[in-house]
This record gives sequence, C-alpha cells and structure tokens, in this order.
Amino acid sequence: MSSQQNKRLKDVEISFPIVYGTISFWLGKKASEYNSHKWTVYVRSANNEDLSVIVKRVVFQLHPSFQNPTRVVEQPPFELSESGWGEFEIAITLYFHSDVCEKRLDLFHQLKLYPEEEAGPQSTKKPVVMETYDEIVFPEPTETFFQRVQNHPAANVPRLPPGITLPPPGPMEIVPYEKKRGDTKDHPLSQWFSNFSEADELLKLAAARQQVQAHVAKLRRQLTMIEGMPQHSKAFPVPGQQFGHI
Amino acid sequence: MDAKDILGLPKTPFSSSQEKKSRPPKEPQRKPDGVSREVYALTGGVGMPALMPTVEASHLKRRPAAEKEKVAWQWLPFTSSARTDNLQLYHWVRVVNGIQPTGDYQFAKYNKKVDVLKYTDEEYEKYLIDPAWSREETDQLFEFCERFDLRFIVIADRFPTARSVEDLKSRYYSVSRSLLIHRARSFDDVSGNPLVKDSYDATHETERKRALSALLSQTKQQERKDAETLAEAKRIMESRAASKHVDEAGMPSSSDNALVPVDGVSPLISTHPSVTHPNTAANTSIPNSLRTLRVYLRTYALDQMVQAASASAGLRVIKRVDQTLQDLGVNLKPKVPTKAVCIEHLELRNELLTLLNLQKQLQNKEAEVSGNRESSFTEAPSTPKRSNRDVDRAFIPDTVGFTGERAGKRDHKRKSTGRFIDAPPSPPQSKRPRKLKGSD
Repeated sequence: MSSQQNKRLKDVEISFPIVYGTISFWLGKKASEYNSHKWTVYVRSANNEDLSVIVKRVVFQLHPSFQNPTRVVEQPPFELSESGWGEFEIAITLYFHSDVCEKRLDLFHQLKLYPEEEAGPQSTKKPVVMETYDEIVFPEPTETFFQRVQNHPAANVPRLPPGITLPPPGPMEIVPYEKKRGDTKDHPLSQWFSNFSEADELLKLAAARQQVQAHVAKLRRQLTMIEGMPQHSKAFPVPGQQFGHI
Repeated sequence: MDAKDILGLPKTPFSSSQEKKSRPPKEPQRKPDGVSREVYALTGGVGMPALMPTVEASHLKRRPAAEKEKVAWQWLPFTSSARTDNLQLYHWVRVVNGIQPTGDYQFAKYNKKVDVLKYTDEEYEKYLIDPAWSREETDQLFEFCERFDLRFIVIADRFPTARSVEDLKSRYYSVSRSLLIHRARSFDDVSGNPLVKDSYDATHETERKRALSALLSQTKQQERKDAETLAEAKRIMESRAASKHVDEAGMPSSSDNALVPVDGVSPLISTHPSVTHPNTAANTSIPNSLRTLRVYLRTYALDQMVQAASASAGLRVIKRVDQTLQDLGVNLKPKVPTKAVCIEHLELRNELLTLLNLQKQLQNKEAEVSGNRESSFTEAPSTPKRSNRDVDRAFIPDTVGFTGERAGKRDHKRKSTGRFIDAPPSPPQSKRPRKLKGSD
C-alpha cells in the first residue's frame, strides 16, 4: 500500500449506524431452573446491511459462570446464542479491518430476560427485546478506506470537501460472492428488531426548540425594555448566547 | 454450585407451578454488595438467613427472675417538702414486693428557689446608691425578683415605672455584685462567683437584641435583594471563569465548520431558521478529547460535547437544563443518536443555557430597577419614576408562566396587578420547573 493511499482525509467522517442488543425467549414448559431462557446477543447494521465490510471480528464477553465466557465471532452475522437464567452485562468488543482502524471499540449491553412488570406476564411467544442504536464514527478516514466503503449501503459517507478528489472506486477488491451473506435482512429474528425513527426524534427536538426559542425571544424583549434602551438589543455576552440567537 | 448440590438434593424438583419457579433465578442479580456470587448462591438466593442469633441468650434468661417480684399499685398519702403548708395529698404508688416508698416526694427537688440577696439600710447607703434608681424602685425590683424568680420579662411587665428589661437586669446584677464583693472578706473569696466574674453589660445586650430583631424582621424583599446581590456576584464569577475558559480553548479551527455539514439530512432541519445561522457549525465543534480518537461512538461524542458546552455552567444550571429537557418531553440521551439528532440536541441544550442565563439577567435587572425605585420613592415620594413602573407591569406577568400558553389567564392577571407589590416579580428559581410541568 502506498503512502498516498494511507493519507487521511481531513474534515471527513464516515459513520456506520449500528444496533446492538439482545432478544430473549422464555422457554416456557421446557424451562429448567438453569435454562429458563434462550437468548441471542448481536451487533447489526441499523439498516441490516453487512457490517463485515468494516468489522473483522466481534468478541462477546459473557458472565464468568458460562463455559468459555469469551466468545469470538469471526463471520457475519455477528451474533451469539446462549441459554441461561440470569441477567448480566455483556461486553461486546468490535475489531475492525486493518485499513479501517487499528483500535477496537467496546460496547456494553445489559442482557434482559424478564419483561417489565407493565409488559405483562412472560410468554414464550413474545421475546424480550433490548436494542440500542448508536453510530460508529471514523473521523479522518484513510483514502483507501473511504474509497472502499464510499458506496457501501451500511455506511454514511459524506461528500468530499471541495478541493479533494479521489480516483473513482475502481475495481479494487471485488469481494467474491461468499458462501454466506453477511447482511441481516432475512434474519430469523428480524421481525423483533426495533424501529429507530430519526424523524420522530427530530420532530420532538424541533418542537422543544421552537418553544425554547420563543421564550428566549420574549426574555430578550423584556430585557431590552427593562434596560430602557431600545437600540441596545445586544444582551450581555453569556455562554451559549450566540448560538441560540435567531 | 449451591446448597442443593452440597445436600445432594435434586436440582429440579417437579413442581406444578412453572411460573413461580422461573422467577427466583433473577434474585441473584440483585445480590447485596460485598457478598460474592458463590456465597450468595449458597444461601439459596432467597434472602440471607441470619448468621448470628438476633436475640441474646442472656436476655432470654432474665425474664423468669423478673416474674418473682410482686408489683402492686397503692393509693398512698404523701407530703412534699416543696410545700410550706404541710398539705397531705394522695397518689398512686408502684409498690414492689410490699415495700412502701419512703422519703420526700420525688418531684419536690424541682422546686428551685433563687437566692435573692437582701441588703440592709446601711449597706444601701454605703454601696448601692445609684442616681438613676431610687431606694423605693430598688426595693420594688428586689421584691419582684424574689417573687418572680428573676423572670425579668415578667418583672418588667409588672414594674410600676417604665424600665426596660436591660435596665432592670443591670440594676439587679450590679447591686448583687457589689453586695457580694463588699460582704466577702477578700475579693478572692467571691472571684469565682458568676455574678462577680461576668458583669452584666447592658449596652452589649441592647445591641444584641437589636441585631437579632433586625435579622428576624427582615422583609421578603430585603431577603430577595440580598439573594440577588449574591447571585449577581456569582454570575460575575461565572462569566469571568467562562471567558478564561474561552481564552484557554483558543479559536476554533476553520476545519470544524466543514465537519458538520447539515446537508439536508432531514427536511425538518432545513425548514428551521436557526440552522442557517452561521455560528451553528462552530458550536458543535469536536472537543479535543475526541480529536485523538480513530474511532468512537456517536453517543460518546455527544456526551463529550454536552460536557464541553456546559463546562462554564454551574452544577445547578446543568441540573436545571436536564430538568427542563424532561419537562419538554425530550430524551436526556437521544434514542436514535444520528448526527442530525445530536446536533439538534446540542442546539436545544445551548438554547436552554441561554434561556436560563436570560432569566437570571432579567431577575438581576428587575432587582436593580426595584432597588432604584425604592430609593427614588424615598427621595421624592410624590414623583415615582414612570418608566420603571411601566416596565414592571409589562414583564411581571410574562415571567410567571414559562411556556406562555395561558394567554387568557395572563391578561387577566395583568389587569389585576396594578402595583408592583401585589404580584411577586418572579417565582423563586427552584420553583420554575414545577410550574412548567403544571402548564404542560
């Protein structure tokens, strides 16, 4: 690899929306004292694309009472199924391909087997799903990496800042159609995957901001009035003030 | 692995109620701190049995002994040494094993009498003459002191001439003191007597009471003014600390702007006017703690930026921001922390900081104005400052509600609040979040 390809792209960040969590099924009649639930822990792309484009392997660190509590998953989908009776925190460590990032990334997830009281009694039909949305951010990616994932559906790749041009993603590494697809679109558990709506969140935030801004404007008016100087619209320099100004 | 293994009991005894059994395994998750999981498992996971008997054995042995004594209550006569008339009264007495109580009435010891000194005519002529006090007055005072056991408040109330409590005390203690000194053979004999050792200082006492009453009779407004002065001082300190902080952080590099392209992630944002503000991007600059990282989680970045943005704010302000976020129905940690959501979230937090700052400023200003007006009233009560009054009327109702949805109510209030005193200018800081909740 030439040094040219290792050049880092300033002011660019590539992000991968992911979802990690657990889905657990109560075994019902088949439950024994030590095997009351069957659960699966996983890391998936938020839009169920193949994460193996960046992730080389995932290590799940289970409770020490499990046999071989450190479980390594080298192939997508990055998931692990176990059965047990207790809830504990699972440490999930992501290792990336060498061109992506040498550093690893740690996630922590609290395994949940028993539904909340208000969710009603346990049932073998309805699993307990606990998922967390997050985004893996790679600031200043190398050009190689950028080119490789530029058009990958799992990635959020920004437009390059003006002045920087990269050769088109030529026939670099054509990944042969593997024996197994890495995406989780047809995952057997996919019907239980949660929906993470960015729009809902933004809507809520926008409504809140509108309310706050209206109030800020009102306070400003009152301040100018009280100062008795209408031309003096600028208030004291307060931290954060310049940002909220409309 | 647990007690059942050790005792050789079957691990899964057959039971009809499957539901009940599936619950207990959850218990070990909530094991008490400081107990290892294995030890906890040995106990069966259902509560910790006591390792030590909680009732002392000696305590159990004592009871039979107590049963031997015979307790009876008897209606018996008694006299009290506290009485001078030898009156005989009856009361119920606890008699143990038939032994009747002897001795004085048990409450007689509480009949304390103050030993008020008596002076002779000769002593008075020699040592006790005071131009401010006549002999009759002094006699009266000492009589009252004896009668009311030195309760000077009562004495002052009954005293025929107008004397303050301090006056009375001063006279009584100085007379007693000089009597003690002159009756003693040498000064050393009485130097340990509290009356001699600590002479009564009437001026100090008057001053003490004046200060105390000044403190206790402070009006709400004065208290508020004090609090505002302190708040103002704190604000100045904070703004100084903030400006220092900005100096240290230096100028945000130009690269930051490009790092946060909003590029139409959501149509919601593009319709929002504030996003087009040029400062938006600089605001969400990546803190230094993230720059060195090659990979991080969006939520981690958000946490860092929230911390950086509120670095100059006090702990109380940060708490209030969080509280207000909750009141607005916004998740403290976004559930879907995309870049756009994080930017919006940060903006909202910054706007809330601005809001809280403005509220504080307004309060300070308002205190200033009311202070001005107070002084102008005292200087020229016939011409109150017009402008100030108008300002008061305009802003008082607005600061009462946070969201401003109760326009009708407010108009009503505006009419009724003719004067400043009638309506408190603003509720105390701590109450505002609650108020907001109520209006939502």
